Amino acid sequence: MDFINNSILLAGVEIGTHYYWEIAGFSLHGQVFIVSWVVIGLLLTAAFLGASDPKRIPESWQNFMEATVEFTQDIARNQLGESSYRTWLPFVSTMFLFIFGCNWAGAIIPWKLILLPEGELAAPTNDINTTVALALLTSLTYFYAGFRKKGLGYFKRYLEPTPILLPINILEDFTKPLSLSFRLFGNVLADELTISVLVLLVPLFVPLPIMALGIFAGSVQALIFSTLAAAYIHEALE
Amino acid sequence: MDSIIAAASVIGAGLSVGLAAIGPGIGQGTAAGQAVEGIARQPEVENQIRGTLLLSLAFMEALTIYGLVVALALLFANPFAG
Repeated sequence: MDFINNSILLAGVEIGTHYYWEIAGFSLHGQVFIVSWVVIGLLLTAAFLGASDPKRIPESWQNFMEATVEFTQDIARNQLGESSYRTWLPFVSTMFLFIFGCNWAGAIIPWKLILLPEGELAAPTNDINTTVALALLTSLTYFYAGFRKKGLGYFKRYLEPTPILLPINILEDFTKPLSLSFRLFGNVLADELTISVLVLLVPLFVPLPIMALGIFAGSVQALIFSTLAAAYIHEALE
Repeated sequence: MDSIIAAASVIGAGLSVGLAAIGPGIGQGTAAGQAVEGIARQPEVENQIRGTLLLSLAFMEALTIYGLVVALALLFANPFAG
């Protein structure tokens, strides 16, 4: 166990060490908060720059932001359909942009240059707490969507197609957030682990393609998370 | 940590990733093969096929990642370490 821990430490990955903030009796993972705030700040700045001086014929930054929003609009529209996607577009877009921002912030910004007393700055999505929070938000949203549309009739869904499937239908509500959170957490952490193990073996040039793959995988995971969130909401609305 | 538990955890961690990689490996191979076939038959829809293929590959990859999560839990957050 010591050997494994030592070699992982050499490669610069610290799993299970966090920069704790003690606030009101709770231990908070400070490194996650710092990076999330940076990501939120970047997203807000981008949004304000894009919307501060809107023109009929969009120029540079406004153009880019409009393309981004249209891309996320396509995700929601493909899953939820033309008639009902507008209500849920903010949620799906926020999920996509935040996860995308988190994954890319972890992969691109050289956080190693900033030293913390304990733990290290990395993508906030490599902490299981972040991904579980995002997945539970998704669960709440699709329950809310179902209740808003059908009221208590929403529970009829559990008896379809036959009442025999009731336990499996209930189980599904637990496996959805579980698989959502594990998929995102595992993919992001796996990328960082692969890179750091490669850095341990060959520190120069060889990890570069894997880093590029990590950037690509980060964007695909953001796409998948938001697509699935939209699909689950659509399922509840049906 | 008890050395028996440590040894069992390390073996279990290796097995959980290795075994979890078999199924998705076969699945991804089949999916990629079918996609190539589809592109060869209809090169004009290549972009659409590529998009769908990447999305489904990521879904299959998630299964291996579940194994990886179990392995990481065994190595770094072992509940039986005592």
